[in-house]
Amino acid sequence: MNRALTRRGLLAGGGVAALASVAAAAAPGVGGALLAPAPSRRWALVVDLARCARDRGCSACEQACHTTHAVASPADPRHELKWIWKEPYAAVFPEQLHARVPPARRQLPVVVTCNHCSAPPCTRVCPTGATWQRDDGVVAMDPHRCIGCRYCMAACPYDARSFNWERPAPSARGGTFPPRSLGVVEKCTLCAERLDVGLAPACVEACQRDGAGALMFGDLADDGAAVSRLLAARPALRRRPELGTQPNVYYLV
Amino acid sequence: MRQRSPGIGLLRRGVIAGLAVAILLGAVAYSVQFRHGLGVTGLSRAVPWGLYISQFTFLVGVAASSVLVVLPRHVHGRRDGAELVLVGEALSVAALLEAFTFVLVDLGRPERVLHVLLHPSPSSLMFWDILTLSGYLVVCAAVLAGSLLARPGERGHAPRWLVLASIPLAVGIHVVTALLYAGLVARGSWMTAILAPKFLATAFASGSALLLLLARALDATGALPVPPTALARLAGILTYALAATLLFAGLEAFTSLYSGLPGGAAHVGHLYLPAAHAVGPAALMLTSTGLGALALGVLLWPALRGRPRLLDLACGAVLLSVYLEKGLVFVPSGFAPSALGADVAYAPSAIEVTIALGIHAGGALFFLALLHQVLARSRAPAAAPAGPPTVAASAAAGPAMAPGAVVG
Repeated sequence: MNRALTRRGLLAGGGVAALASVAAAAAPGVGGALLAPAPSRRWALVVDLARCARDRGCSACEQACHTTHAVASPADPRHELKWIWKEPYAAVFPEQLHARVPPARRQLPVVVTCNHCSAPPCTRVCPTGATWQRDDGVVAMDPHRCIGCRYCMAACPYDARSFNWERPAPSARGGTFPPRSLGVVEKCTLCAERLDVGLAPACVEACQRDGAGALMFGDLADDGAAVSRLLAARPALRRRPELGTQPNVYYLV
Repeated sequence: MRQRSPGIGLLRRGVIAGLAVAILLGAVAYSVQFRHGLGVTGLSRAVPWGLYISQFTFLVGVAASSVLVVLPRHVHGRRDGAELVLVGEALSVAALLEAFTFVLVDLGRPERVLHVLLHPSPSSLMFWDILTLSGYLVVCAAVLAGSLLARPGERGHAPRWLVLASIPLAVGIHVVTALLYAGLVARGSWMTAILAPKFLATAFASGSALLLLLARALDATGALPVPPTALARLAGILTYALAATLLFAGLEAFTSLYSGLPGGAAHVGHLYLPAAHAVGPAALMLTSTGLGALALGVLLWPALRGRPRLLDLACGAVLLSVYLEKGLVFVPSGFAPSALGADVAYAPSAIEVTIALGIHAGGALFFLALLHQVLARSRAPAAAPAGPPTVAASAAAGPAMAPGAVVG
């Protein structure tokens, strides 16, 4: 009897220890966003939906991005790679739909990309640290560290990550950015390499130059930044805010 | 008493040859996947995890279920059924090796797998899953080796603390595997607190069904006499675990449907209502639920569960039921509907299926080899003067196991 009780105690102890270690492991990911000091920079994209819609056939941002980063375009649509692209309003903001939303607005093309969330679920799950959040908020990706487990794709609630199902080189569109290899994940890096030399992301530059001027970019940690003032002045949507990911891509309505 | 029958010897050779061919085909298929990438599978941007990760999940459950024969023996001190402990440990080791292989073939860059250890990331549940699975594999292998490598006549048991350590680890591997899914805010159908208990219930239902089939086959062929009380205990566990499985599935559906929260309700609809796809997940899920309910009926009805044939059928039904849900539907259906509302169909490609069958064949062959040793060992002290005792026993066990092992 005594022995059995001791054993039971031992088992219970083991279970508690296991749970505690898992909780401790999860804590940096979960509490990180709440406990971390305010970042010095918080890069954000602001999309003016009304302006973007004025020029519906435009794909300047997408072309600039996919050329700059040599994003491959395989023939099989199931193997598509996308860093920035358009989706119908109804798919991007399903929670905004009601019976009186006219078909035209449902079909309105909305630019989507990685949200560079302040609490990114993707970086939390990566088993090798191949994707992480920089101090300026950019969710970065090292394709040389990636083992291709696609856990980050399962964790992303925005479908923002692409996987190289096929060998990318033959169909890559060219450009100076090195192509990725077979079997790794890739994603929008908010043009981290351009930010580091003081340039705006390629999509924003292309939209201002060749497009409708609907994409804006700036530092939300700076109260005086144009994007900060814009978001203070006009109501904006973020994708699936109920998930607590704190996206840094805003949509002016 | 036991005689070699040429028919059984032939059958045994046939099974081994069949498994070897399946392993070979799997290896060839994998070489194609390794060269051309995961694009040769049915996976896609919308459904990035499928058959491989499903098999992994199912096999972790099989591996955990040896605790069902370890607990009675080592915690409750029951002597009947002690002979099943090593069979259970062998099943765990084979299932774990298979599970690891399935993760490896799912990687886009398998040659980089050691990055997981070189750059340990404690915030990732995959890190903890690999840790607990490795720990459990080492413990099970040590317990098994401790018994198998002992000289004839020696007691040759692994230290007791090691056996006891395997108990929380067995539960732990499946709990951590569930947490791998249950913490993803992107996947409404996985992010449920009941996932870990549901995984344990389905693991113990399918595990006890598999062990019961194994034990009855070993007993019937005389390879390893198992007392009826031990069989009855497994049948009892099977009944309760199956009832819990069905209850948990109902509870999940209730929360989704009654609350009417869009994501959850859409997912339940996807699982149980026939969709546009020809053989959608709904057909598999309805079959799974139906088989489970039928088996529970047989197990609860005294007049029915007393019939050995019906009990075997019920065990087979439970195995199939759990396999359909956990080994086929659970993982890919987590991606339907997708983040952008698309309902993209997933079906594994021929190459994917060939690789999976090859790995299952490898696991089955490895398990048969281990079982061969376990049976030799368990009979050695009593039958030592009678000469080499193992051939007929494992021959008889071979064909009886193969279907279960391949399904598992």
